[in-house]
Amino acid sequence: MTTTVVEPVADVHPPRRSPAAQRGESYLTAQRTVLSWLLTTDHKRIGILYLLTATFFLGLGGVFALALRLEHLTPGPGLMSPMTYNRLFTLHGVTMVWLFMIPSIPTAFGNFFLPIMVGAKDVAFPKLNLLSYWIYALGSAVVLLSLYLGGIDTGWTFYPPYASTSPTAVFWAVLGVFIIGWSTIITGVNFIATTHTMRAKGLRFMQMPLFVWAMYGTSVIQVLATPVLGLALALTALDHSFSWGTFDPARGGDPLLFQHLFWFYSHPAVYIMILPAMGVVSEVVSTFSHRNPFSYKAIAYSTFGIAFVGFLTWGHHMFVSGMSVLDAGAFGILSMLVAIFSAIKVFNWTWTLKKGAVSLRTPLLYVYAFLFLFVFGGMTGVAVATTSLDVHWHDTYFVVAHFHFIMVGGTLTAFLAALHYWFPKMTGRMYPERLGVLSAALVFAGFFVTFFPQFLLGNAGMPRRYYDYPAKYHSLHVLSTAGSWVLAAGMTLPLVYLTWSLFRGERAPDNPWGSRSFEWRTTTPPPKHNFTAQPEFTVGAYDYATDVDTAEEAL
Amino acid sequence: MSAAEEHLHDHFADLEQQEVAARVGLWIFLASEVLLFAGLFMLYGAFRMEHGRAFHEGIEHATKTLGSVNTGVLLVSSGFVAYAVHALRTGQRSRAMLCTVVTIVLALVFLVIKIVEYAEHLREGIGPGGHGHFFAEHPDPGLAPFWTLYYTTTGLHAVHVFVGATVLSFIVLGMALRRVDEKTAYRLECGATYWHLVDLFWIFLWPLYYLA
Repeated sequence: MTTTVVEPVADVHPPRRSPAAQRGESYLTAQRTVLSWLLTTDHKRIGILYLLTATFFLGLGGVFALALRLEHLTPGPGLMSPMTYNRLFTLHGVTMVWLFMIPSIPTAFGNFFLPIMVGAKDVAFPKLNLLSYWIYALGSAVVLLSLYLGGIDTGWTFYPPYASTSPTAVFWAVLGVFIIGWSTIITGVNFIATTHTMRAKGLRFMQMPLFVWAMYGTSVIQVLATPVLGLALALTALDHSFSWGTFDPARGGDPLLFQHLFWFYSHPAVYIMILPAMGVVSEVVSTFSHRNPFSYKAIAYSTFGIAFVGFLTWGHHMFVSGMSVLDAGAFGILSMLVAIFSAIKVFNWTWTLKKGAVSLRTPLLYVYAFLFLFVFGGMTGVAVATTSLDVHWHDTYFVVAHFHFIMVGGTLTAFLAALHYWFPKMTGRMYPERLGVLSAALVFAGFFVTFFPQFLLGNAGMPRRYYDYPAKYHSLHVLSTAGSWVLAAGMTLPLVYLTWSLFRGERAPDNPWGSRSFEWRTTTPPPKHNFTAQPEFTVGAYDYATDVDTAEEAL
Repeated sequence: MSAAEEHLHDHFADLEQQEVAARVGLWIFLASEVLLFAGLFMLYGAFRMEHGRAFHEGIEHATKTLGSVNTGVLLVSSGFVAYAVHALRTGQRSRAMLCTVVTIVLALVFLVIKIVEYAEHLREGIGPGGHGHFFAEHPDPGLAPFWTLYYTTTGLHAVHVFVGATVLSFIVLGMALRRVDEKTAYRLECGATYWHLVDLFWIFLWPLYYLA
C-alpha cells in the first residue's frame, strides 16, 4: 500500500492549476443513480443528504417564523386564529430545534469532514450512519404527520400536565422527536468511535483539527443526554394517549419531574447546537487569519469544560417552578461557569485574528456575525442565570431574544459560515463572493433588528407565546417583524446563488483559501475514499506558525 | 483471500482496528443505555422520597417468588453467554452456538414469567396510571406512582430482554453461516456484553421493586 505523507506545506497559495486536468473520479461522479445516493454508505454523500434535508427544515421553520411575526405586526386578531398561532409557534420550535439545529452542523459537515480530518476512509460504522439518516427522515416525517393530524399546541417543550390533556396530536409529534433521538445517538456513537479508532497513522489526539474536538464533545453530549429526553418523551406520549400518569398529578404523577428530565437533556442540547458552531469558527478563524489558533489547548479543553458543566445547569430553566434557594443559587453559579469557558474561546479567536493576516471573505464575515451575536447572547445569558433577574424575565420575550441570539444566532451564522467555507470542497465549485458578502450583511442586520427589540419587549413585560398584546408594545413588534423580512431575504439569497454556483460556479481549486487544515489537502471534490492513498501525518492540524512571514508576504 | 480478509470491511486497515472500533462503539452505546435507565431510577427515588410507606406496601405486595426466580434465570443465562464467548474464542463453534441458544431460551423463559406476573397484577385490578379497582380499595395516593413505575421500568427492561434475545439470535445465525467465528468472536462478545448490561439492570430492579 502506498502512503501519502502529509508534511508542512511550502506554498501557502498553491498555483491555480487547471482542476479539470487534475480531477480523477470524485465521490460525486463515482456513481450517478438516485439510488446510489439514497442507499449510500459514503459519509460524504450522507453528509450531503443531511445538509439538504436539514436546510429544507430550516426553510420550513423559517416560514412558520415569518407567519408568527406577521401575526404580531398588529395587536389583536390578524392573520390567524389563536389556536393556529399556538400550533405555529410549537411547530416552529420543534422544527428548528430537532429537525434543523440539533442535526445541522454535526450531521452535515461533521459527517462530511470528520473522517477526512482524521485521515480515515469513512466513519467507523458506515451502515449505521446510513441508518441514522433514515431514522432522522422517518422521525421528521412523523413530526410532519402530526401537522397533518391537526398540529400540536403545547410549545416545543411539551410541558405536562397540559401536554397530557391537550386535544391536539401530541402523541405523533412526541413520537417523531423520540425517533429522531435514536438517529442522534447513533451519530454520536459513530463519531466517538471514529475519533478514537480511525485516526490515520501519526495523528495524535492533541493534533486533531479543533472541529474534530468540537464534534467529539458534541457526540458525548448526544450519547449521554438524548436517552434521558427519550425517556421523558416516551412517558409523555404514554401520559397523553394511555393516561399512564407519570407526570399527571391527577393520577399521582408529578409534572415537575418532567421538567427535570426534559431540561437535563434540553439544556445540554444547547451545547449540541453551539459546540459544532464553535468548531466551525475555530477552523474559519485559523484559515482566514492564516495563523495557528492562539491556544489550541485552551480551545480544545474548554470544549470539554462546556460539555461537562452543561450537564449541571439544567435547573436554571426552573427557577420559578419551585426550587429551594440553595439549589437555585448553585444552578445559577454553575450556569455562569459556561460563560467562562465560552469566553476562553472567544478571546482565543479574537487574538488569533489580531495576530493574523486576515483575508475578509464571506465565511469570516459570518464568523464576525457569530462573535457579536454569541457574546451579546452570552452576556444576557449570564444575566438570566441570576435568580432575581430571572424571576422578572422568565417566560418573557427577553428569554426568547436571549436564546435566539445565542443558539440560533450562533448556530445559524456558523452553519452559513461552514456552508460557504466548505462549499468549494464539497461541490468543486466556487460561490460568488460579492453576493456572499451581501448575504452575510443582510443576515446579520436582519437578525439583529428582529431580535434586539424582543429584549426590550421582554424587559417591558411582554410574555412569550401570547397571541395578543397591548398597543404600547406595537412599535417594537413592527420593528421585529420588519427585521424578520430582512433576515428572510438574507437567507434566501444563498439558497439562490449557491444553487446557481452548483452548476455554473467557477471550478474550485483544491485549496482556494490557502488553508493548511487536513481537509484542504485532498483533491476537490474528494475521491470516494477521501485520499488517493492512505495518509500519514507528520504535522498537526495547524502548522502556520512555522512561517507566518511567508503567509503575510503571500497576501 | 485469507479468512481474516474475508471478514474485513474495506474502510478499516486491518481486522484489529475493526474489532477495536466495534468494542468502543458498543461501550459508548452502553453508556447511553445506562443514562436511559438512570432517568427511571431518578423517578423512583423522587417518588419514594414522597411516598415511602406506599412504596413499602407496594414492594410487600409484589410477587417476590416470580421476581426472584427471574433473577436466577437471567444470571444463569449470563453465565451461558459468557461461556459461549470463551468457547468460540477457543474454536468450539458448535458449543458456542449451543450456549447462546440456551441463553436465548432463558430470555424467553424470563419474558413468559414476566407476562404471568403482569397478568396476575392486572387480575388484581392493578394497572398503570392508577387504573383498576385495587386503587379504589386502597386509597393511599402513593400506590399509583409505585405501580406506574413498576410497569414502566420492568416493561422497558422486558423490551431490552427482547431486543437482547433478538441480537443474540442474529449472532447465532451468523455463527451458523460462519460469519461469526474464531477470528470474529468479538461480534459474539459485543452481543454478550449487551446481554450482561440487560442482566445488570435487573440486578438493580430486583431489590427496588421486589425486596425492600
